[in-house]
Amino acid sequence: MSEELFNAMRQSIIDGEAEEAEALAHQALEQGLDPLEAINQGYVAGVNYVGAQFGCGEMFLPDLVLAGEAMKAAVLVLEPEMQRRGTERQMLGKVVLGTVKGDIHEIGKTLVATMLSASGFEVHDLGVDVPVAKFAEKAREVNADIVGVSALLTTTMVGQKDVIEALADMGLRPNVKVMVGGAPVTRSWAEEIGAEGYSEDAIGAVAEAKRLMGV
Amino acid sequence: MAGKIKAISNPRLSLNVLSDEDVQRIHTATLDIIETVGVRFPSEKALDIWETNGATVDRQTMVVKAPGRLIEDALKKAPPAYTLAARDPARDLPLDGKHVFLGTDGCGVEVIDPFTGERHRSSKQDAADCARVADALDEIGFWWAMISAQDCPPESRSLHELEAAWLNTTKHLQTESIVNDREMRAAVEMAAIIAGGRDMLRKRPVLSIMQCTACPLGHDGGSIEAGLVAAEVGLPVGYMTMTSCASTAPATMAGNLVVGNAEVISALVLMQLAHPGAPVYYAAAQTVMDLRTGGYTGGGPEDYLFGAASNVLADFYNVPLSMGAFATGAKEPDWQAAVDNSFSSFMASLTGSDMLLGCGLLHGSRILSYEMMVMDCEIYSIVRKMMDGIVVNDDTLALDAIRAVGPGGNFLAQKHTKQHMRQLWQPRLIDRRPYEVWEQKRDGARDWAREKAQDILKNHQPDPLDPKLAAELARIIADVERNA
Repeated sequence: MSEELFNAMRQSIIDGEAEEAEALAHQALEQGLDPLEAINQGYVAGVNYVGAQFGCGEMFLPDLVLAGEAMKAAVLVLEPEMQRRGTERQMLGKVVLGTVKGDIHEIGKTLVATMLSASGFEVHDLGVDVPVAKFAEKAREVNADIVGVSALLTTTMVGQKDVIEALADMGLRPNVKVMVGGAPVTRSWAEEIGAEGYSEDAIGAVAEAKRLMGV
Repeated sequence: MAGKIKAISNPRLSLNVLSDEDVQRIHTATLDIIETVGVRFPSEKALDIWETNGATVDRQTMVVKAPGRLIEDALKKAPPAYTLAARDPARDLPLDGKHVFLGTDGCGVEVIDPFTGERHRSSKQDAADCARVADALDEIGFWWAMISAQDCPPESRSLHELEAAWLNTTKHLQTESIVNDREMRAAVEMAAIIAGGRDMLRKRPVLSIMQCTACPLGHDGGSIEAGLVAAEVGLPVGYMTMTSCASTAPATMAGNLVVGNAEVISALVLMQLAHPGAPVYYAAAQTVMDLRTGGYTGGGPEDYLFGAASNVLADFYNVPLSMGAFATGAKEPDWQAAVDNSFSSFMASLTGSDMLLGCGLLHGSRILSYEMMVMDCEIYSIVRKMMDGIVVNDDTLALDAIRAVGPGGNFLAQKHTKQHMRQLWQPRLIDRRPYEVWEQKRDGARDWAREKAQDILKNHQPDPLDPKLAAELARIIADVERNA
């Protein structure tokens, strides 16, 4: 019985159907299933499948994003019950990210957030045009493992350095690792400002985040 | 006439990429989106202008919804033709619908040194160097801020780029890196020094301005306010959309065109509402998201089609176009670069795009390669020759010569041949040598392009800028830095 439901959950992720994933989550709660089991045996199986298909070139980025959205919708339904039972998902790490002050470019940062979230990270997306201090404050508030700073303009890139300095000023370094990205950002720039992580795309960003977390 | 610049003039080829009905449908859909969904203008100044002119403005979301008539009426005020002036008037560029001009790419962050082959972070010296190379290459019509002067302070960096360029080329400059009101005012002051005063600048805009939109359906507040400053003094201003299928635009090409069109024309309308009759231009470099990485592709069949389609839209609105062509995603000046840059420049030329951007950078406009720059000029020279088409008249039908030679024989010794052979395209980088000659050194286009760039960098001396004017430029930048 629950096997059938798990399969449907898995499929809803593969199809990227958030509404379906959500409805199945409600169904699981009505049946009294352990929400953590529903996530791990149902939805996560779908995420893993999509990830593998993406890896061999059979599925594309929009498939990953839609799967991520469907996963998020299901978890949202299951979360209150998980809290009631005192269980929680094992996350890979906590990431605070945003696009730096003076820069309103969103797409790259949002893709990274979605990919990290779909890969099992707890993500706090601060949005765009984020003041330097806010990165550090949020990192302290949520006890972040990683801070991600995006910049698309050569003139706002320098803000990435400011964020690293602000984290240091608040005594959060080196426990909080920093990842930087954005079209004009290069590895040599990342090294120069002391960022531990750098990637040219969202998939690479997930690999970097995992590397920084030692997983 | 385009003076000393090797322009594509009075092209004879054309391409039917969108029918009249297609264009009308894209236009109607665009007006629908602007009126019902709106475009975001995060600038109080811009919102005030929209509101005064009857648009619906949401101060919270900063989204403007404007009726179709407002858009259409305002666009009619934009001049259909004007001239981009150069420090050297013989290098002026008439944007009159009869010419296509090549410009450099921008705004890169790294440079491949043409002598050592090493890659380094771009600096002001690189801005000066690439402007000097652009000055020497006759195919290049204007200099687009090619790389970022990253050794200069962020608040005046774009001004340093302009200074470096004006000291090293007498061609027209177009900047795409000035994204705030304060820096734009300083750039206007600098341009006025070059043109010989504010009044002269209006007559002879030696600088034009490119701003990027914030896809989908948005603008950057600083870019909008900077554009308004430029429009006020009569510097040509364009807004470039880089809508990307499947990420910042629908996956379908028509849907992509609608989103980008809404961004561009809404910005041009704002300029006209604020400063009626100000010279403006359409600008675009639509693309497709790479489905595997999410990245910018910088080439591909969709990009080439967008390159052709954009000027059809710009013509419909009767304004010039600056089109992102070239700008390959290739990492090296290789086969991919040649495919991308040939197709993109040819397709954009076929519909008569007034300005072609993109000469000289690799990896999606990130890395300056002097080899690529020289090779792009060769590609452009091929396109330029093709755009001349085939002239059919008594002289070109050459009946007398054919009669004189008859069956068999050859045309080598014909006067007609001598008269016309120099109209045939001559390669500088394409290798037509015998195999054994090639085999001796196994050299080719990249080597010759590099040698050409090295030669220019070692020997080319551009007409110097009057030291008094140069001092004025430096003073303006120093003022900006003092007050930062």
